[in-house]
Amino acid sequence: MTDASLTSQGGTAARGRSLSTLALQRLKRNRAAVASLIGLALIAIFCFLGPFLSSHPNDRVYQSYVAVPPSLEPYPAAATLERTMQRALERARVDMGDFSASGTTFRVTLTSPRPIDPRVTRYIDRVDEFDDARVVETLEEGRRLVVEGTVQRQWFLMGTDMSGRDLMTRIMVGGRISLIVGLLATLVSLLIGVAWGAIAGYAGGRIDNVMMRFVDVLYSLPFVFFVILLVVYFGRNFVLIFVAIGAVEWLDMARIVRGQTLALKRREFVEAAQALGVGTGGILRRHIVPNLLGPVVVFMTLMVPKIILLESFLSFLGLGVQAPLTSWGVLISEGANNIQSAPYLIVFPSIFFVSTLFALNFIGDGLRDALDPRDR
Amino acid sequence: MLGYTLRRLASAVPTLFIIVTVAFFLVRFAPGGPFDLEQPLAPQVLDNLRRTYNLDQPLHLQYLDYLAKLVRGDLGPSYTALDFTVGEMLRRGLPYSIALGASALTLALVLGVVAGVFAALRQNSTKDYAVMAVATVGVTVPNFVVGPVLQLVFGLMLGLLPLGGWGGGDLAHRVLPTIALALPQMAVIARLTRSSMIEALRADHIRTLRANGLPGRAIIAHALRGALLPVVSYLGPAAAALVTGSVVIEKIFAIPGVGSYFVEGALNRDYTLVMGTVVMLASFVVLFNLIVDLLYAALDPRVRYD
Repeated sequence: MTDASLTSQGGTAARGRSLSTLALQRLKRNRAAVASLIGLALIAIFCFLGPFLSSHPNDRVYQSYVAVPPSLEPYPAAATLERTMQRALERARVDMGDFSASGTTFRVTLTSPRPIDPRVTRYIDRVDEFDDARVVETLEEGRRLVVEGTVQRQWFLMGTDMSGRDLMTRIMVGGRISLIVGLLATLVSLLIGVAWGAIAGYAGGRIDNVMMRFVDVLYSLPFVFFVILLVVYFGRNFVLIFVAIGAVEWLDMARIVRGQTLALKRREFVEAAQALGVGTGGILRRHIVPNLLGPVVVFMTLMVPKIILLESFLSFLGLGVQAPLTSWGVLISEGANNIQSAPYLIVFPSIFFVSTLFALNFIGDGLRDALDPRDR
Repeated sequence: MLGYTLRRLASAVPTLFIIVTVAFFLVRFAPGGPFDLEQPLAPQVLDNLRRTYNLDQPLHLQYLDYLAKLVRGDLGPSYTALDFTVGEMLRRGLPYSIALGASALTLALVLGVVAGVFAALRQNSTKDYAVMAVATVGVTVPNFVVGPVLQLVFGLMLGLLPLGGWGGGDLAHRVLPTIALALPQMAVIARLTRSSMIEALRADHIRTLRANGLPGRAIIAHALRGALLPVVSYLGPAAAALVTGSVVIEKIFAIPGVGSYFVEGALNRDYTLVMGTVVMLASFVVLFNLIVDLLYAALDPRVRYD
């Protein structure tokens, strides 16, 4: 795999198949990896485009629909409408006469000993179920009003949470945060780890010794606890937190990259570059780092799920992103608190969370198998 | 061997020193302090408190003071749990955490190795895929999902086991937290064992044994010895992961271990408690890595420390 780019640039015409093509073919034959790639793409589309298509803003609270279970039928159920209207009118201090609802419209008669202010319709609009209430008839000098309006139908395919927010939209928004955070922290660790490992491996000698000794010392730090301290320190600015997490999770990357670099720098094309007078920085950038791509990509795909898990762990301890923002970890821990009364609150976020981690793991394993030069 | 052990122990000192230093200043530079209550204390009270705990001195003097006391094994008084020293708190919580961690590690090791060998012997069969699918689930489902689900099923729905608490440390109280804590590590160990066992079974010396007509069980035993090496070297990270995992598990199952000290200490700016927990954990990880390395040498004749 180390000379994948070399072979693909020149000399491939004769054999027709470069090593990277072979790797791609092997990956395509791995059905679990391909399915995972498709699944992951679908989840990403769901999370990033979903909120624009969803009919519910992620922080909209529906007081009428607190913790309603998931359903394919629209809310409100027809049977509950009369009761809801009665309660709305009680707050407006008027009595309810006839009430009828058909499909998406309703018609209600209001009565009161005194003339009714027509602005009473606001009390009706305020309820999540009703909208567009307007007076269509004024009888008995305003002591009797006939009001018509529409019944607002809402779909909560995955139910609502304990504050009455649509769970599906929150899963989308939470997924964005979890995925972004995973990628961001991985990229930070990638940059530091590749630079550190490549320099240590290429420089060799005493510099290598000192740099890797430093990595060894860092290895025995209790990391998660430092992350918790960082969270406390940064005051829960989640972007900073995950830059910090990336900054402490680069050790494995540095080790892998160093090992590869040690092997690479003895190769002929590096010697050729040296003979041509290319500087150290140039060799690193042009010859070493591009050839490290294989193991680095594999490591990245396995790193993202680790970071997502770490984020959810922090959220579970109450150190994650803050409301009204959310993440899968936050949603799962809210679900865990209400597992008895509303089990769907933990089921749906967990499904997305676990399938994402599953997919990433399968892709990582698949890539590793595909790029493994021993398995040819 | 003895020389190597001593050298490793000596090299742990600078490591611990760096950890203590970084942790000390990180904790101190975090905004807020241990006596920031919702209703601010009177200035005189605050002054007195700060004087009692030596917080009124310059930071570098406090640091040197802390180091001097640490060398003598004194972790200082807790700022939030009045009348308790950090040493007392750790001594009170540690037995629970160690008991839980040890049973989880044992469970993960035994079941993980058995499942890995089982799958490796039936490579690419349906049973192999089934075991590995379960293992992947174990890696991906976080233990704060596993914990409540176990509570719901075995505690509430079936009513078989207690929901939480430690009891007297009897088996019934231990089962659920141990499983929840062990599951992710069990899964990793199973995957590791499977892949290294497959490799070991292909090795030349195993082929020779097979050609010589050794019974299957003996061949497995020989292959396992080589296959266990990566598992042993994973035990260090596994132990560290169990420590972190127990923070969550102890919270879910209401076990009075040391897991909660760190998070609460950090949130309350209980400086000495945070530091005490960090020192304890770091020494634990360093010690465990040493044990793993020595074990490695005992298993692999190619590794020699002298």
